[in-house]
Amino acid sequence: MEIIELKAKAAQIRMDLLRMIHGAKAGHTGGSLSNADILTALYYRVMNLDPARPKWEGRDRFIASKGHAVESLWCILADRGFFPKEELETFSQFGTRLIGHPNNKVPGIEMNTGALGHGLAISVGMALASKRDGRGYRVFCLMGDGEQAEGSVWEAAMAGAHYKLDNLVGIIDRNGLQISGSTEEVMGLDPLDEKWAAFGWNVISIDGNDMEQLVDTLEAAPTVPGKPTLIIANTVKAKGISFAENVPHWHHHVPSDEELAQALAELSAVLAGYQQEGQVR
Amino acid sequence: MGNKIANRQVICDTLLELAQSDRDIMVLASDSRGSAAMGPFAQACPEQFVEVGIAEQNIVGISAGLAHSGKKPFVTSPACFLSMRSIEQIKVDVAYSATNVKLIGISGGISYGALGMSHHSVQDLAVTRAIPGLAVILPADRHETKRMTEALVNYEGGVYVRIGRNPVEDVYESADYDFVIGKAVTMRDGSDITLIAAGETVRVALDAEVKLKEAGVSCRVINMHTIKPLDEEAIIKAARETGRIITVEEHSVHGGLGAAVAEVVVQHHPVPLRLVGIPDEPAIAGKTKEVFEYYGISAENIKNLALDMLGQ
Repeated sequence: MEIIELKAKAAQIRMDLLRMIHGAKAGHTGGSLSNADILTALYYRVMNLDPARPKWEGRDRFIASKGHAVESLWCILADRGFFPKEELETFSQFGTRLIGHPNNKVPGIEMNTGALGHGLAISVGMALASKRDGRGYRVFCLMGDGEQAEGSVWEAAMAGAHYKLDNLVGIIDRNGLQISGSTEEVMGLDPLDEKWAAFGWNVISIDGNDMEQLVDTLEAAPTVPGKPTLIIANTVKAKGISFAENVPHWHHHVPSDEELAQALAELSAVLAGYQQEGQVR
Repeated sequence: MGNKIANRQVICDTLLELAQSDRDIMVLASDSRGSAAMGPFAQACPEQFVEVGIAEQNIVGISAGLAHSGKKPFVTSPACFLSMRSIEQIKVDVAYSATNVKLIGISGGISYGALGMSHHSVQDLAVTRAIPGLAVILPADRHETKRMTEALVNYEGGVYVRIGRNPVEDVYESADYDFVIGKAVTMRDGSDITLIAAGETVRVALDAEVKLKEAGVSCRVINMHTIKPLDEEAIIKAARETGRIITVEEHSVHGGLGAAVAEVVVQHHPVPLRLVGIPDEPAIAGKTKEVFEYYGISAENIKNLALDMLGQ
């Protein structure tokens, strides 16, 4: 998919997930909106995947360590054909498999996550297996910035560098907010880049809502032989809705009817703009 | 009996043998290759060995990732840390995600003797058996450990195994017997009372049976090597046929083998039941035999308990 199409796709995913959250009256809205561009880049362009064969051995692996922001992922997996789109209506409802965290009963989900600080260790194991078997697939692990306070993240960071896993790509959705306020108020992380570099990772900082930068960086990663790559994707929490951006309570706020209507209006204008631009090209 | 081979040594030897023909077998250690007796494995099969350092959460997460990729990881780490420091990884990454990870808790129970409560592992059965889908196994001696290790390689799913540190007396004459995960072994048949034990306490129960026989009591001894899935049938049968049960365990009396047996007995065939194990306190320091004696995990005490239950 071309950049302009990816931008349009991300806008559509944002609209899908807002409708889904509004319908279910549940969801982690802010973090799913902030990571929508990252996941769009990965699932429509960067990762080697086959929705018809979700367990194909050569596939790249994705682990959503910040599992609570699964809404963008459900919408993307449905849109890519891993399961029927109508199933999105069951999100968070009684007995559904589309629960509020990744669930490996759903095609396209590798592992169950949700408890924070687990994903990177799992990814290290996968990347290590890829290396030992000479398979060559890549492993992408998306973490939250608040999640960096979990000590287990750093245990895994050490192991990733120790085993020179240059097929492993960590991504931090650096939106600066967690449930109780800003990450720097709750538990200071900066200088986050220096911390990861000190742990032996190749660190790259980008604008995580800029599709060109995302695609360029993710496609090229990992770029340093013998080192895992850590991408600090600086994003805006609740990105895409003017009145929700950077507002902490949108972490798990469910939009009202009016808020949904206004958000969809904003996003459809953005989407129409990209579609028009795409046609002109 | 004079056995000089510790169960951890047996696991290493057995895995080393099987790993030559099964390249998916992997062993992971948390700076524990020495205490787990896995040094020879690390040397002989470096491509099938992963050192994780002192990081029990990480060792479980990495193993889940390896298992997801088709490997058969065996995590070898002290039982006290492996079972509790990483219990959330065991719950989510192993059990919930249904990954094929074998967790081998070494130096379990009170086998770290004088190192104190931080290193004793007498709550591990309570926490691991509360996790859905996770099998929990305590082999009794070197023969059973060998059979169990072979069975684990072919068993698909998460398992927590607890073994002790030092060589234990044999309870089997050889490894030539039927070991099935989830199926208890009746070591001695009897009709007056049943002793149910697991791991190193099977030896104690067998010794108690000898004393009871001398006192004219017909005593059944069940080796409940698998705490989960529990062989409920064997327990109900024992309750029905012998009318009295004593459980013997190297674990807190809260939530371990005795509690598991009690859950079955009280729901299916209530009979008098006594639990022998570690009381609700930081266990006293000492060698296994000394600590066992102190808490009544001894043939003499069990004999007296049994006679008391029989009104003799």
